[in-house]
Amino acid sequence: MRHSRCDTRLGLAATLAVAAFLIGPVLLSITAGVTRNYFVGLSSGLTLDWIAQVWDLYADTIWRSYGVALATLAITTTIGVPAAWVLTLFPGRLSRLLEELLTLPVAVPGLATALALIVSWGSVGWLRSSVLFIVIGHVLFTLPFMVRAVRAGMQGADLVVLDEAAATLGASRRRRFFDIIVPAARSGIVTGALTVVTLSIGEFNLTWLLHTPLTKTLPVGLADSYASMRLEVASAYTLVFLLMLLPLMVGLQWIAARSTRHGSLGLGAST
Amino acid sequence: MGRRRAWLVIAAPAVVLFLAFWLLPMVKLAGIGAATSQGMDASAYWLVVTQPRYWQSLINTVALSLGATLATLVIALPVSRFLARHPDFPGRRVLMSLLLFPLAFPGVVVGFLVILATGRQGVLNTLSKALSGEPVVLAYGMAGLFIGYLYFLLPRTIGVLMAAVEGIDKHWLEAAQTLGASPWRRFVDIELPALTGALTAAGAMCFATAMGAFGTVFTLGTRIDVLPITIYDEFTNYANLPVAAALSVVLGLATWAVLYLANSLAARTARGN
Repeated sequence: MRHSRCDTRLGLAATLAVAAFLIGPVLLSITAGVTRNYFVGLSSGLTLDWIAQVWDLYADTIWRSYGVALATLAITTTIGVPAAWVLTLFPGRLSRLLEELLTLPVAVPGLATALALIVSWGSVGWLRSSVLFIVIGHVLFTLPFMVRAVRAGMQGADLVVLDEAAATLGASRRRRFFDIIVPAARSGIVTGALTVVTLSIGEFNLTWLLHTPLTKTLPVGLADSYASMRLEVASAYTLVFLLMLLPLMVGLQWIAARSTRHGSLGLGAST
Repeated sequence: MGRRRAWLVIAAPAVVLFLAFWLLPMVKLAGIGAATSQGMDASAYWLVVTQPRYWQSLINTVALSLGATLATLVIALPVSRFLARHPDFPGRRVLMSLLLFPLAFPGVVVGFLVILATGRQGVLNTLSKALSGEPVVLAYGMAGLFIGYLYFLLPRTIGVLMAAVEGIDKHWLEAAQTLGASPWRRFVDIELPALTGALTAAGAMCFATAMGAFGTVFTLGTRIDVLPITIYDEFTNYANLPVAAALSVVLGLATWAVLYLANSLAARTARGN
């Protein structure tokens, strides 16, 4: 069907304006991160010195964020994939309630979750000062994304029937889980994993209240640099962060484009 | 059935983790807000609803979130319609990736991007000074926060609305066109009613996300009076845990309720009644 020309023009103009609004500031940030003096402008020359300085100042936060993200991923996978299977097996009211409950840490602002963790577990000294405290917060926040992605991967494969057939043939639960269910949910698990790592690397709202001076993660370092460093250093640090996100987002979009018609992504970083 | 029941045990770790580290801590937090302590003559919940400075902060947050939500829907709708109706044109994949990349940006980074665009050394200020001689700095107040909210809400909304536009039955639009309905009439009489559910769901998601946003405002300046900053201040600067707890519980309940309503509405729309 033909669309009115005015309609199309308005849509195109709005789309380009929104794209400029979203990407313009990112380009500014990238430029500022590699410009010798941002106030003078590009004429002052390009440099990688700021990135080197970021590495000197904040390398530990980058490694720690990767560590936290991988630990979060290990836990969400270990507990999330079985939970998703149970939710698939029992698609009733109780399941919906359970999924609704697990999603609460995403629906409720991170500040509230962090305060609740601090009042209940903050007095346990070794935990409060450990990076594990941050990992727990990240697991709460990312688990629903893993469960949802894995459940989506389990649907349609008629796994319940396959599982019962294998059980009738005498396969143990452990074998059925690892030989039938996990392979069938593979693409869902990969989507969930990329989502979990992306969200964990960028998580700030919980982490800001849960961290200690010795357990700073990348977004905590970013907030620190925005408040106290010159614009070029803050921009270079942001650039490093964007480069860390890039492969994860490309991977997610690649999978989304392959598996569904429209490449909508089921993630949203903590704002 | 008994065979199926045997599986239940493997969901236990997720349930235990949720109970130990989220539900019970939340209950404790809610209890702290209800206790009277530190020479206060009423519970923190009572203080929160009676003291003007707390509900002023709440009103600011609701007004700003509502404004950002409406603006997001108005802007995202033509974008989503355009993208849904033009499934292949050169560069569409790249454009989509660019529109969706900011989904992964945490609030702190969004705040910094707003500063780069509209702060003291921002492009907007430079342009404005060059053109009219007047400085324009938006970043460190409500206007900057509004821009930040638009920034993180637009990518979230465009994806949802695109799927809804793709779901509209084209035959209706074609029939209306054959019968001579103008593009505007087709939009108002067919498209908008078909999109009501998706618009409401997306709007509720935007509102809840904006209400709880902390990182963005944290970067822009902690003197902007919105609820997440008030909670943070009460907790860290005044060590007033009961009030911080009460405000968190109120904020948490509000965002959860809005999201819950939106999800059930979206589910009902998806079932088609």
